[in-house]
Amino acid sequence: MNLAGKSEFTGLDNWIYAFTEDPLFFRAFGNTLKYVVMFVPGSIIISFIIGLLLSKKIEGQGFFRTVFYIPYITSGVAVTILLGWIFNTDYGVLNYFLSLLGIKGPDWLGDKNMVMVSIVIFSLWTIGNNIIIMLAGIQDIPRSYYESAQIDGAGAARQIFSITLPLTTPTIYFNLIVTFIAAFQIFQQPFILTNGGPLNATYTVSMHLYNNGFLYGKMGYAATMAWGLFAVIMAITLIVQKSSKYWVFYDD
Amino acid sequence: MHIKSYKGTKILGKTATYCILISASMICLFPFLWMVSTSFKETAQIYKMPPGLFPENPTLNNFIEGWQGADFALFFKNSALVTLFATLGTVLSSSIVAYGFARFKSRLSPFLFIVLLGTMMLPTQVTLIPQYLLYYKLKLIDTYWPLIIPSWVGGGAFNIFLFVQFFRTLPKEFDEAAKIDGANSLQVFLKILLPAVRPVMLAVLVMALVYNWNDFFSPLIYLNSSNKFTIAIGLQFFKGSQGNVKIGEMLAMSLVSLLPVMAVFATCQKYFIQGIKMSGMKG
Repeated sequence: MNLAGKSEFTGLDNWIYAFTEDPLFFRAFGNTLKYVVMFVPGSIIISFIIGLLLSKKIEGQGFFRTVFYIPYITSGVAVTILLGWIFNTDYGVLNYFLSLLGIKGPDWLGDKNMVMVSIVIFSLWTIGNNIIIMLAGIQDIPRSYYESAQIDGAGAARQIFSITLPLTTPTIYFNLIVTFIAAFQIFQQPFILTNGGPLNATYTVSMHLYNNGFLYGKMGYAATMAWGLFAVIMAITLIVQKSSKYWVFYDD
Repeated sequence: MHIKSYKGTKILGKTATYCILISASMICLFPFLWMVSTSFKETAQIYKMPPGLFPENPTLNNFIEGWQGADFALFFKNSALVTLFATLGTVLSSSIVAYGFARFKSRLSPFLFIVLLGTMMLPTQVTLIPQYLLYYKLKLIDTYWPLIIPSWVGGGAFNIFLFVQFFRTLPKEFDEAAKIDGANSLQVFLKILLPAVRPVMLAVLVMALVYNWNDFFSPLIYLNSSNKFTIAIGLQFFKGSQGNVKIGEMLAMSLVSLLPVMAVFATCQKYFIQGIKMSGMKG
């Protein structure tokens, strides 16, 4: 349907068009999946490591926590523009730093094989909230567990893998689901920096939805996309939820 | 000997911890430093290689010309207006809905609460199109209403959930005592319960402020006229009209747009951290 006319029932036409004719439909889903596969594990691993380090008895814990949180609250158009400039191929300061190390910096936003990695890096820069949630989860673990482990002779690594990691799994589980849902909706960074390019390499489902619904006036087709996205997100959430009984450990 | 080597690893571990944390902090802070530095540079110096951290002849030109390059004063005013009303709505409506869930039981309320929490899993895209059509039929496209109304009808499942959790920790005797003294339900809510959950209220408030100030997607689809743009859309619009040509002005304006968020964060930091920690609790 479009906005001006009356809506009429089209049966499965939109779905058939999506699956058989629209070349960008699968492209958009593929790109989004590529982003999710890189971003979600990256976000979980980094936030666990930083959360773990922050939970140690260290000087300036509050300072570090604040610093990691700042990119999260400022994430928006302003910061996206800023990161785009830092990652600029010819004048960006990042490639200058790399050149000091004797590395020729890649064409971060212009190379179709590199650009999604850049978008993932931009997103990883703003995971301060995940870090703080992870830190809170780790801090909830009773100290006495570590003390008994130490008496039994467990080293630092052993303590992380046998105490911290298992007892943080409920927090990881929460972060995983929330991060998955958010990651599938990736829109802002590719929209602002690459407009889906180069060669559609960062053209995501949300961009396809936006373009169809709000630029081409194909609201019905955009709704098809939204439901497709919803189905994928639901499926993954269910898989994570079903799997949770094998790896999420509740300590009560 | 054994003790010594244990101490040795401990010092090594501490050093490694600090090294990683300091490097990660630098990665987080450096872009902001670079933004400030670039904003004060002359155009020629911005493109100079090798780049320098400190501007050679610091200039305010980027700020002056950027500010005049598009109607940023207007964008700021628009953003302030939307953020103010949306935030006010979020705090008021999420707390009062939570009051309902926490204190007024009906047979339907457990079911409704599950439905409410279910909406948190719903990606925004799913409700986007029906919502847009609704506002279109109401002739509210290109007004601020679509950006403000949702905050006044519930204010988000997550915020409601936070309030419910905290209202439930308050003993019912509070309410009853006030009622014996002649307070009605609304007065109990406003004078007894709300002041008791002030930290939650502030956490919801600051997070809503930042969310609404930064929001990009809703203004993008609902606002068409450039004189109605919020700062987020204004920046994107400015970027579109300048390309990479006036990066100094763009970064200067980006920096200015971050100042309100930074100011709120600097003064209310502990409420942000509290809010985030509470969000992890439901996991």
